[in-house]
Amino acid sequence: MNAELEFHPPVDNPGSPLPENDSHVSQGRFEQVLRAGHFAVTSEIAPPDSADADQVYQRAQLFDGACDAINATDGSGANCHMSSVAVCALLSHVGYSPILQISCRDKNRIAIQGDVLGAAAMGVCNVLALTGDDVSAGDHPEAKPVFDLDSISLLSTIRIMRDESRFLSGRKLDKAPKVFAGSTINPFVPPIENRVRQLQKKINAGAEFIQTQYCFDMPALKSMMQQAVDLGLTERAFILAGVGTLASANTARWLRTNVPGVHIPDHIIERLEGAKNQKAEGQKICVELMQECKQIEGISGVHVMAYRQEKYVAEIVKESGVLDGRKPWAPGY
Amino acid sequence: MYSLRRFASRHSRAYETVYNASSPIILSTLRVINKLVGERLNTPITWLEAKVKGVLFDCKMCGNCVLSSTGMTCPMNCPKTIRNGPCGGVRENGNCEVNADMKCVWVDAWDGAQKMQHSREIELIQFAPNQQHQGSSAWIRLSKESANIKLQDIELEVKP
Ligand code: SF4
Repeated sequence: MNAELEFHPPVDNPGSPLPENDSHVSQGRFEQVLRAGHFAVTSEIAPPDSADADQVYQRAQLFDGACDAINATDGSGANCHMSSVAVCALLSHVGYSPILQISCRDKNRIAIQGDVLGAAAMGVCNVLALTGDDVSAGDHPEAKPVFDLDSISLLSTIRIMRDESRFLSGRKLDKAPKVFAGSTINPFVPPIENRVRQLQKKINAGAEFIQTQYCFDMPALKSMMQQAVDLGLTERAFILAGVGTLASANTARWLRTNVPGVHIPDHIIERLEGAKNQKAEGQKICVELMQECKQIEGISGVHVMAYRQEKYVAEIVKESGVLDGRKPWAPGY
Repeated sequence: MYSLRRFASRHSRAYETVYNASSPIILSTLRVINKLVGERLNTPITWLEAKVKGVLFDCKMCGNCVLSSTGMTCPMNCPKTIRNGPCGGVRENGNCEVNADMKCVWVDAWDGAQKMQHSREIELIQFAPNQQHQGSSAWIRLSKESANIKLQDIELEVKP
């Protein structure tokens, strides 16, 4: 290639990839933090119902100095919002370390592989593979569900593209997408004996990090983690426990009945109910859960889900002390 | 039929025995038919397969049959057609997150697999089906593939 035409991103651009490292699969900061053995914190951004990039930046700013990576949800709950690829591209551009969520509900394997390449080209270093909620859960129930792949087929696809530098069809890629691949697990749904096997299957398929569904039931989480440690899974993937703030006992009850897969034990709801300030109590519970998760063998971080309570995340993370005084990168730090 | 397909998951061990005994016979018969008359009987064979597996398993004729690895439970009855389930939304009573009146297909599949001789085959990664096979006969396709190659593939893929 003509040297003059070659594209060199400016060295001081925070969005520039980290130098290549043979022991890392990506050039991203999130993988770097985990591989260095730090306890990581991630959170998630709700993509706006808007064509305004500033809204994305305003929402991301709430996590400054508290999170190592930000998940950009992909039509979560089957509701339409700005695309996760676009949110991740915007965030990467200013240096954030976003996690691109890809749901199999809306795109087939042709579209998904294109997105993985495009996102990687725009500097996105982390991808989270999800099957996704059914269209009937969201605001466009009349839409055609795709589900050409499932999360495990998607993980295999990402691994093939990255490690074999080819499409599923076999066609070669000129440059493979160097992304850190992850998926999710819900430790609390039946059949419980299957949970650790499902985790293992995802890791076999290529998951290098796992973010769990909301964890409020610590004994159940510990039991799955113990099995995961025994099977050597925590040596092969980083597991981040999902924690959340509950605004009130009513919210907790609503979540439990209406959101598939959310398991909140009665004692948590009773504790919220008995509190004078339920919102503050919800945050206190979250802080305690984070501290407890940090003590569990095999857990490498927490994923804080605070839908519509994003502004409290930084405070909660600080309060919990799980970062041990470490300050995650943020623009201007 | 819903009740018959659940019966299959509950009695997966017996179904597995019948399946293991009958599939070589079915496949070699198909090979003989193919030698004698070529592709001419493919349409009635496909029709027969759809009827038999339809009644027994609510088979959706995806053409990529994995019944013996999924606890004798057809995964195409999952509303998200997940081939490596269950998803994270299974209800506390084991029913499907999308269709609350139906037992999660993968809960049945897991329970079915536990009773089977090859109970760990459910841990194999099943890549998403080839959509070009939709509506075609898995029997005919399998009869054309060498049985040996298939077994070897499985052995390579199993990661205990
Ligand atoms: S709950 Fe079970 S049947 Fe329903 S979508 Fe999830 S995996 Fe499929």
